[in-house]
Amino acid sequence: MERDGGVNGARDRHEVNEHDVLIIGAGGAGLRAAIAATQVGLSVGVVTKSLLGKAHTVMAEGGIAAAVGNVDPDDSWRQHFIDTLKSGKFINDWRMAEIFTKEAPDRVIELEQWGALFNRTNEGKISQRPFGAHTYRRLCHVGDRTGLEMIRTLQEKVLATGAKVYMETTVTKLLKKDDRVVGALAYTRESGKFIHFKAKAVVMATGGWGRIYKVTSNSWEGTGDGVILAYNAGAELMDMEMVQFHPTGMVWPPGVRGLLVTEGVRGEGGVLRNSEGERYMENYDAERMELSSRDVVARANYTEVTEGRGSEHGGVYLDITHLGYNNILKKLPTMYEQFKNLADIDITKAPMEVFPTIHYTMGGIKVDPETCATNVPGLFAAGEVAGGLHGANRLGGNSLSDLLVFGRRAGEGAAAYVEESDHSTEIEAFEVDAEKRRVLEPLEKPEGDSDENPYTIQQELQEAMMEHANLMRNENSLKEGLGKVLALKERLGNVKVKGSTLFNPGWHTSMDVYHLVQVSEIILRCALERTERRGAQWRLDYDGPDEELGKINLITRKDQQGEVDIEKREIPEMPGHLAELFEKEKVS
Amino acid sequence: MTENNGQGDRAASKAHADLHQDELQTASGTVKLKVFRGDGEGGEEVEYEIPAVEGMVVLDAVLTVQALQAPDLAVRWNCKAAHCGSCSAEINGKPKLLCKTRVEEYEGQEIRVHPMRAFPVVKDLVSDVKWNYEVSRSITPFTTDEQAPFIMYEEDVERLYEPKRCIECFMCQDVCHVLRTHHKYPEFAGPRFFVRTQWLEMHPKDTESRLGDLKEEHGLGFCNITKCCTEVCPVDIKITDNSIIPLKERVADEYYDPAKWLMRKIRGRRSPKTGEILGRNGG
Repeated sequence: MERDGGVNGARDRHEVNEHDVLIIGAGGAGLRAAIAATQVGLSVGVVTKSLLGKAHTVMAEGGIAAAVGNVDPDDSWRQHFIDTLKSGKFINDWRMAEIFTKEAPDRVIELEQWGALFNRTNEGKISQRPFGAHTYRRLCHVGDRTGLEMIRTLQEKVLATGAKVYMETTVTKLLKKDDRVVGALAYTRESGKFIHFKAKAVVMATGGWGRIYKVTSNSWEGTGDGVILAYNAGAELMDMEMVQFHPTGMVWPPGVRGLLVTEGVRGEGGVLRNSEGERYMENYDAERMELSSRDVVARANYTEVTEGRGSEHGGVYLDITHLGYNNILKKLPTMYEQFKNLADIDITKAPMEVFPTIHYTMGGIKVDPETCATNVPGLFAAGEVAGGLHGANRLGGNSLSDLLVFGRRAGEGAAAYVEESDHSTEIEAFEVDAEKRRVLEPLEKPEGDSDENPYTIQQELQEAMMEHANLMRNENSLKEGLGKVLALKERLGNVKVKGSTLFNPGWHTSMDVYHLVQVSEIILRCALERTERRGAQWRLDYDGPDEELGKINLITRKDQQGEVDIEKREIPEMPGHLAELFEKEKVS
Repeated sequence: MTENNGQGDRAASKAHADLHQDELQTASGTVKLKVFRGDGEGGEEVEYEIPAVEGMVVLDAVLTVQALQAPDLAVRWNCKAAHCGSCSAEINGKPKLLCKTRVEEYEGQEIRVHPMRAFPVVKDLVSDVKWNYEVSRSITPFTTDEQAPFIMYEEDVERLYEPKRCIECFMCQDVCHVLRTHHKYPEFAGPRFFVRTQWLEMHPKDTESRLGDLKEEHGLGFCNITKCCTEVCPVDIKITDNSIIPLKERVADEYYDPAKWLMRKIRGRRSPKTGEILGRNGG
C-alpha cells in the first residue's frame, strides 16, 4: 500500500514509479484487469482515489447477470444477448454483447473459485433471481450485497498477487510520447506528493460520472476523471448522451435523497403504486409490469409524480410488505436496515417512497471488443468508463458481469500489447513540470477579486444538469443547459483554494470540477444531436425512435482547436449468426 | 474557537453532499458540532454551526461545514449508504459510521467528532488505516483443490454469510483495547481479520489451515473476549461469539490437546482439513 508521501509541498520533488501496466481505478473492472495482467508475470500498479475495496462496485446490490442456467435451464447466452440488445435499443456494439453474454458465466464461476459465496439453490448450485427485462432468472446474487462480495473477492485476490496498490491517489493527466500513452501523472491525497508513473500500457477503469447531477446514487468519486483524461489524450468516446436514471432512489429524508433502492425489491415481487393506490405500471408495460426495463419504469415513476399522483414527499410507493418479515430479512436485509436507520420506515410493514435517481452512464470510451484497446495506442478501457456494451439502456445486473468480462480482457489486452512492444516510456521533464504547475495553480496563485470556490461551480453545474439534461429532454432546455455549462467552463480558470496540499478536499475538488464540466458539455451536445426517443435519451420534442438514428453511434473526440467534435458513425451490420437470433424470436 | 458564518456569501455551496441550497433553506434551526482540526502533530476542536435539515446524518453536517465554512476539512467518505465503511470516525468518543448516525440522536447533547484513535491521525477526521491492508495481505487466501462450480448447500454455507457481511470500516480495530491501548500492531491482527479468517476456515471447500498463523503471527491469544468489537459492528456481526471464540476453540483443540501434541511430536503436524502431514513446524 503506497500512500504516504514524506514529501509535503510537492513543488520541487516527485516520485517516479515504473510498471508494465498501470491500472487507473480499483473497482470491479480495474481489479479484474490487475489480476489478468499479473497472471502473465507483468509488473502492475493499481491507482485508486479511495481506499482499496471502497469503489462504487460495492454499492451494487442486485446481482451479476450471467446465463448460467442454474434455475432456468432454458437460459442461454443467445437469450441474454437478445435481452441486452433489445434493452439497448440496438445501438449496442453487438460484438461486445456477444463476447459478454458468452463469457459472463465463466467469470462468475471463477469468482466462486476464488472464494466468493453466492446464495444456493436446493441442488447446491449458485442461485439466480429475476430482474427487470431479463427473460429468465439470471442474476447470481448473495442477498442484496453482491457488489460487496465481488469487490472483496477481487481485492483479496489482488492482495495475494504482486500488484502494487496506490491508495488515495488521483491521476491528473495521461502522458504521451509519439502518440502512445506511456504513463500518467498523479498526486497522493494524503500529502499532495506527485508521482510520475511510467508504464508501457494504461488501463482506464475509473467508472462513471453520476456526480454531474444533484440527485444521484453515486459517491463523490464519480466525477468522470477517466473519460476526460482519455478524451484529452485523443480517445474517441461513444453515445455520451446515454445516462441511466435508476427508477427507484430514496426521496426522504432530504439527507438520503437519491440513495439507491435495489431493483432486487422489484425482482422479489415489489409493487409500484401511486397516491391513488393504482398499480400504474399496467399503463406503461402491461406485460412486464414492475420488471420492465429501467428506462420505462423510471419514466413511469417520473410521469406519475409530475402528473400529480405522487406520494407525500414527491415519490411513488414501492411495496414489498406481502413478502413477510422473515423473507424480507433474508432476501433484502440491506434495504430493511437502510430504511429503518435512515428513514424510520419498517419496510416489512409500510411501503417505501421512491423516485428516479442518476445511476449509470452507458456512454464512454470506445474500445475494441476483443482487447479493450482504444484508438490511442497504449490506452485500454473497461467497465462503466467504456461505452458500447449497453447501448441506449443498461439491463440491471449486466454491469457487474461487464466489469468481470471486460476487466479481464483489458488486462490481457494490455499485457499482450506490452509484450509485443519495446518502446521507451521516457518523456521530457518539462511536461511533468508543466502539469504539476497546472494542478497546483488553484492553491498557489495569489488571491483576487474574481476568485471562485470550486464547490460553488460544482453545485451550479449539478443543478444545471438536473434541470436541463434530466430523463425528459428537449432542444430549448438542452441549449439553455449548454449555455450555463459553457459559462461555468469560462469560470474554471478563476478557481482558487486555500490551505496546503495535505489532504485538502477543496483542492481535490478544484481538479474534479474541471472533469465534471467537460463531461457535461459533451453530454449536452450529444443529447442535442440525437433527435429522437431511444432508451435513456427521451426527447419530448420528437415523437419516437428515428430509424436512421437507430443505425448510428455518436462518436465524440476532441478536435485540433480543443473543441467537441461529434460524428454520426454507422453501426456495422450484424453478422448472420447474430441477426438470425432475432428472426427466430419473431417466429416463436 | 468558533467559526460561524459563511452562509450567504459565495462560499455558501456544497459539492460532495446531497444537501443543496434549496434544502438548506428549508432548515429548521441550527446544529452545532465540534470537529477535531489538526494532524499527526496535534490539533484542537473547532466549533461550527450549520443549518439543521430533517433526517440529516453527521456526515451531512460535516460535509456542510466543509462546503460552507472549511473547504480544507478532511473527511473520508464514499457511498453514504453504510455499504462501504469509509466514513468511520468517533462521535463523543465512540466509533461510528458518520453516514449512518443521525444528528437527531444527539438532541440535547454535544456532538464532538474526532478521527479513529487507534490509528495515526493524517488530518482532521482522516486517520491512517493502511496497516490493516498489510495484515490482510498476510492472511493465507482462499485455497481449494476442487474446480468450481461447487456444489454447496445453503445449510453448509449459511454461517459464512455473517462474516462475509464485513464492510471493513475498521471500527472493531479502533475500539479493541489490544490495539487502542496496548498498541500490539505487529503481533495482533485484530477482530476484523479474525472475522475474515473465520469464513476462510469454515468454508467447506477451503483446504488450508490458518490455525498456526492465528496462534503465532496473528496473536489470537491476546483477545480476552470483552466483546467491545461486537458492540460497535455496524453490520451486526457477532464478532466475539461467532468468529473469535470458535477460532480460539479450534486453536485450543489443535495445539493444547495432549493427545494431538504427542502425535505432532512423533509425526509432525497434520493439516486439520486434509490430514496431510505438514512437517514439524506447521504448514
